[in-house]
Amino acid sequence: MTTSDVPSPDGPAIWVYGLADEGTVTALPGVAGVAGARVRLVAADGLTALVSDVTLEEFGAQALRRNLEDLAWLEAVARAHHGVIDAAARRCTLLPMRLATVYSGEAAMVASLTAHAAELRAALDRLRSRTEWGVKAYVVPADRDAAPGASRAEPAAGQPGDADSGLAYLRRRRDALSASRDSARSAAQGARAVHAELERDAVDSRLHPPQPAQLSGRPEPMVLNAAYLLDDDRAAGFAAAVKALGERHPRLRLELTGPWPPYSFTARELEREGA
Amino acid sequence: MAVTPARQPAGFPAERVSLVDLLDRVLAGGVVITGEITLSVADVDLVVVSLRALLSSVSALLPTGGEAADGR
Repeated sequence: MTTSDVPSPDGPAIWVYGLADEGTVTALPGVAGVAGARVRLVAADGLTALVSDVTLEEFGAQALRRNLEDLAWLEAVARAHHGVIDAAARRCTLLPMRLATVYSGEAAMVASLTAHAAELRAALDRLRSRTEWGVKAYVVPADRDAAPGASRAEPAAGQPGDADSGLAYLRRRRDALSASRDSARSAAQGARAVHAELERDAVDSRLHPPQPAQLSGRPEPMVLNAAYLLDDDRAAGFAAAVKALGERHPRLRLELTGPWPPYSFTARELEREGA
Repeated sequence: MAVTPARQPAGFPAERVSLVDLLDRVLAGGVVITGEITLSVADVDLVVVSLRALLSSVSALLPTGGEAADGR
């Protein structure tokens, strides 16, 4: 590895949660940071960074690689990171940092933020008075009686079916497969229509990969996992639009989440401008 | 807390946010300042590594376990 795991002479390593315009964010009483650390403010060229002091033993590059494999650690850190960002984003316009943004020390962080101050301020400007909302769509399972019950159609083992029932079985299987393909296609079309409509209300949108069933915790397939950046005064109308779309697409179950800090609308912007 | 949220309607509290929704955002979103961060795992690494951890441990997250939810 590099020398990065060697403690630097200027003090502890710095975990950065997010950035705001100087003077718009104050201390967040009662909000603990990662590993229970105190959250403090550091000024850098007109920006205020929300940061915590962290140890390299836990948050150095090598330790991070190991710890990110540990779901309990990852969850605790992700929730703490979000807790600070969410609390601040409710009070001011906040540019969230990617999880695990760690500097070797405060001086290195200030130098980096200063070098990118113009881009960072532009990214902040784009988020002013705007909020992220999430919409997920799940396929509503077809009526169980109509569903292609493969196990029901299966002839019992050891019971030889005659030629007719064998053909009928194959036909049922083919119809069931085709019905399930049609259903998947119409769900995907519905999801695209929902997204197209919601996108019109949004300043920007981003499609996250649909969560696999073992992560979403639901048996129904997810066909849309989108984030929308909305002007704050459009939020109520957006919720109503999601509800109305849910009624127009009975084969989809729509789920609205938020308000979120604008996580999904930062990285792309800086990558483009910083390229 | 003394300060009333200034601009956002009250959402659900942070601790109620689903972990998967949160990881979608904190691992794939947020500002990345490339080249300047002294300590960081490469972006792709970070997401892949973490999701692998999540996938291998996911049954622990589900109240009934992944298989049992499939209606046997």
